[in-house]
Amino acid sequence: MKKTFTKLALAGLMTTTIAGGAFAQEDTIKVGILHSLSGTMAISETTLKDAMLMLIEEQNKKGGLLGKKLEAVVVDPASDWPLFAEKARELIEVNGVDAVFGCWTSVSRKSVLPVFEELNSLLFYPVQYEGEESQRNVFYTGAAPNQQAIPAVDYLMNEEGVERWVLAGTDYVYPRTTNKILEAYLKSKGVAEEDIMINYTPFGHSDWQTIVSDIKTFGSAGKKTAVVSTINGDANVPFYKELGNAGIKAEDIPVVAFSVGEEELAGLDTAPLVGHLAAWNYFQSADTDANAEFIDAWHAYIGDDNRVTNDPMEAHYIGFNMWVEAVEKAGTTDPDAVIDAIVGVSVPNLTGGYSAMMPNHHITKPVLIGEIQDDGQFETVWETSGLVVGDAWSDYLEGSMDLISDWRAPLSCGNFNTKTGKCGGSGS
Amino acid sequence: MGGTKKFKRLIPRDAAERLLGMRRLTFIRNAGGPMSFSRSLLLFLFLAMGLTAPALAQSDPEALRPLINELAKGKYDDTQKQIGALVATGDPAVAPALEALGDGDLYFRKSDGMVFIASKAGKGYALTDPLTLESAGEAGRRDVKKIKVNNKLRRVLRSALGSLTLMAPDPAVRKQAAEAVFKSRDPDSIEALDAALAAETDDSVRTVMEQARAAAVLNSDLGDEDKLAAVEVLASMGTRQAMSLLLSVQSSLEGPVRDATAAAVTKIEKSIAAWDAAQNIWYGLSLGSVLLLAAIGLAITFGVMGVINMAHGEMVMIGAYVTFVVQEMIRTSMPGLFDYSLFIALPLAFLVSGAIGVAIERGVIRWLYGRPLETLLATWGISLILQQAVRSLFGPTNREVGNPDWMSGAFEVGQMTITYNRMWIIVFAMLVFAGLMLVLKKTPFGLYTRAVTQNRRMAASMGIRTPWVDALTFGLGSGIAGIAGVALSQIDNVSPNLGQGYIIDSFMVVVFGGVGNLWGTLVGAMTLGVVNKFLEPYAGAVLGKILVLVFIILFIQKRPRGLFALKGRAVEA
Repeated sequence: MKKTFTKLALAGLMTTTIAGGAFAQEDTIKVGILHSLSGTMAISETTLKDAMLMLIEEQNKKGGLLGKKLEAVVVDPASDWPLFAEKARELIEVNGVDAVFGCWTSVSRKSVLPVFEELNSLLFYPVQYEGEESQRNVFYTGAAPNQQAIPAVDYLMNEEGVERWVLAGTDYVYPRTTNKILEAYLKSKGVAEEDIMINYTPFGHSDWQTIVSDIKTFGSAGKKTAVVSTINGDANVPFYKELGNAGIKAEDIPVVAFSVGEEELAGLDTAPLVGHLAAWNYFQSADTDANAEFIDAWHAYIGDDNRVTNDPMEAHYIGFNMWVEAVEKAGTTDPDAVIDAIVGVSVPNLTGGYSAMMPNHHITKPVLIGEIQDDGQFETVWETSGLVVGDAWSDYLEGSMDLISDWRAPLSCGNFNTKTGKCGGSGS
Repeated sequence: MGGTKKFKRLIPRDAAERLLGMRRLTFIRNAGGPMSFSRSLLLFLFLAMGLTAPALAQSDPEALRPLINELAKGKYDDTQKQIGALVATGDPAVAPALEALGDGDLYFRKSDGMVFIASKAGKGYALTDPLTLESAGEAGRRDVKKIKVNNKLRRVLRSALGSLTLMAPDPAVRKQAAEAVFKSRDPDSIEALDAALAAETDDSVRTVMEQARAAAVLNSDLGDEDKLAAVEVLASMGTRQAMSLLLSVQSSLEGPVRDATAAAVTKIEKSIAAWDAAQNIWYGLSLGSVLLLAAIGLAITFGVMGVINMAHGEMVMIGAYVTFVVQEMIRTSMPGLFDYSLFIALPLAFLVSGAIGVAIERGVIRWLYGRPLETLLATWGISLILQQAVRSLFGPTNREVGNPDWMSGAFEVGQMTITYNRMWIIVFAMLVFAGLMLVLKKTPFGLYTRAVTQNRRMAASMGIRTPWVDALTFGLGSGIAGIAGVALSQIDNVSPNLGQGYIIDSFMVVVFGGVGNLWGTLVGAMTLGVVNKFLEPYAGAVLGKILVLVFIILFIQKRPRGLFALKGRAVEA
């Protein structure tokens, strides 16, 4: 709010939103929403924008925050990674928001990191990601690999007796890092090199015939085989269609996916896919009162009873409530005060427990394994007995296993190397 | 599985009664919707069980009820034990409950723990008694809870129902049962298989049963002689499934049986390798036909008219959305027509995309003829506008376009798996190609088009209204893109981004095949498809795509006009 007219004019050149927000309006607290509303990622991110607007509206109904109304500022970074940085800057400098909820892909997050660091603002990132990062200004409310990938592999290994693994992913940073962690993990569990097949495909890959037949071949070596899929968004629909048509049943070769949620299944006839798995921290089918309330509120807000809820929406729900609580605790929206206050804040999640913000800016979550049902929903078939603490630095990767993250004073470091005793180890 | 040994016994006295009961059941379950056919098939087979299996207990529902209600208690392991207990009663009256359990339709009432078969009705569920199969009223959404099944339980149910239905009257069901036993490899079912084999009259079913028996024998502790015979049966199967089975038992075998297994595996591997090559060509043709469909409209607008149309992909996308709208309307008003939805969508998609094409030509492109750069930018802008328009209209998320029955599933040719949707798309692509050729070569409109593209001035002086021919040709290209969208909706996402995935590939095909030549587009698409599929297993999907691109760039350096270059004065002009 202290930004001058010159800066306003400069930034106003490239802004598409109303820049009038920059005029000091002390009676509202502004919350930025940085999700793509056009371009390839609009398919996933538009829903999150709506979820945030709903949460803000509900908070205002409860009387706002610190006696002020919350005001949402929505920008559209259009699935364009550099534009994310520009729009983040616009939100913070021009619109003067106090916290930003946004980003989906890792590359968009990486693109905005320097902006949040430089301008010292807050970002709540709601999507499961590859880990290997912990930044002072960012709160990771989605799952780290140890809150999704590792438990899923454990489940298949212990419950389904899987001995052979196909790691299939889209060719970008999240699948590559996750698969690297999984490969190291599987090997540490005694899985032989020849029992792991790793396969990458381009974004939006639509011809899965060869890969599905490769999986079939790989699965006919006499050992129980499973596919661990980090295939991204849109490419999943043709992949699952091909699986269904090729007659690969979940009873024979189960596929466990980390990027397929209720939203992705909405474009599919799931009858041939019953029994394939997904690992998340939330399913719409979670049978709790908090979840039923959330779903009802969502349906009422969006005006469509068929819209689904999904894991990143829950992450925003948790993240937003944590921010609200931290601001109340600190008595101010000042980023430094909120960063100090938010560690240890614990809010209800939608699966019947509480999630807490940890010193490494990741949160505690339950891990659920769900099987796809013929109505496009998941049914939880297994869950961790307690909450799992998000681990920023994987314990299975060379160069990252010695790192820890703790943003509390006096350590205040995102990558503290326990071996050298210095902040700023390798990895990030 | 305890019940399996008791086949071929008396026909139970209450068979007629049960028949009645089953009819009632079929009727009730039929109300369930599209699944009802396969369900009534299954029920039919339970009826058959009723005739062949023993009636240990007279079907007194109340005696079984406690056992059934037990299903609702405990975790997966407990449910598994309970399934075993139910199968052990050998009473076919438990079958509907087990079947419903596998389908995820078995619920229990929270208030009293009673188990029911439930189907969605309005906001709650309609309950059916799992034993008497009479309607048991309704329950609210939160009053009943589903009995959970996981993959493990589904496997258990599959093999249990499999070995129980080996004597069903319908050969297709017997075959299915034998296949289930093949997968479960349960040594306990050998006896049942022997009994079934003795009674079997259908040769194809007999073969599958023998294979299933071989699989079970290898898993049992029978002597070497039996096992050697079993290995031979599996070796002659020659399928990947057989190889997988042999490999899995290999380590537990000894002596001559082990050697025979190893020899069988090598033999199967060899025959599979040959089939793999054939399979790869098939995949290549299939990818090629998708490329052809996507590119053929562009071959007209870009190839024949020379317009760089970046909005071509969006025409494909609009065609896919027309399919969605048609299916949606059919679903709400005439569900019976669903299998024909694609035929209804085809002409509509052609008209809608074609009309939009004509509008674009009249509104924008005709002002920009001869200025390729401006055309490129303008059509790119149009493509963004169309995408966002569809996004605002239908939402950003994927839309579900269902596959009609004749487009789902697969069949086997030797060791090749051919999926129906891919096969029909190849056929469809060829039909579209032939149709387009006919239009261009045999109709007056085609004649005008060719005349205008070859020599515009002379065509105009002959009295052809060239602007209208331009508009209609552009409309034709766009319309063809629209019907390609109908086909692509069957294998890809229906989302606003659908078209973007195809635009680069389409240009690649047209440029590679030779601008202005439809045959070039056909050969180009098929070549690129097959090359891509042969590279993919070795180079991976990502590198394969890059290599194809590099190959095309090099090829264009050598032959700038593509595979089938047009010759003559028209080209030089």
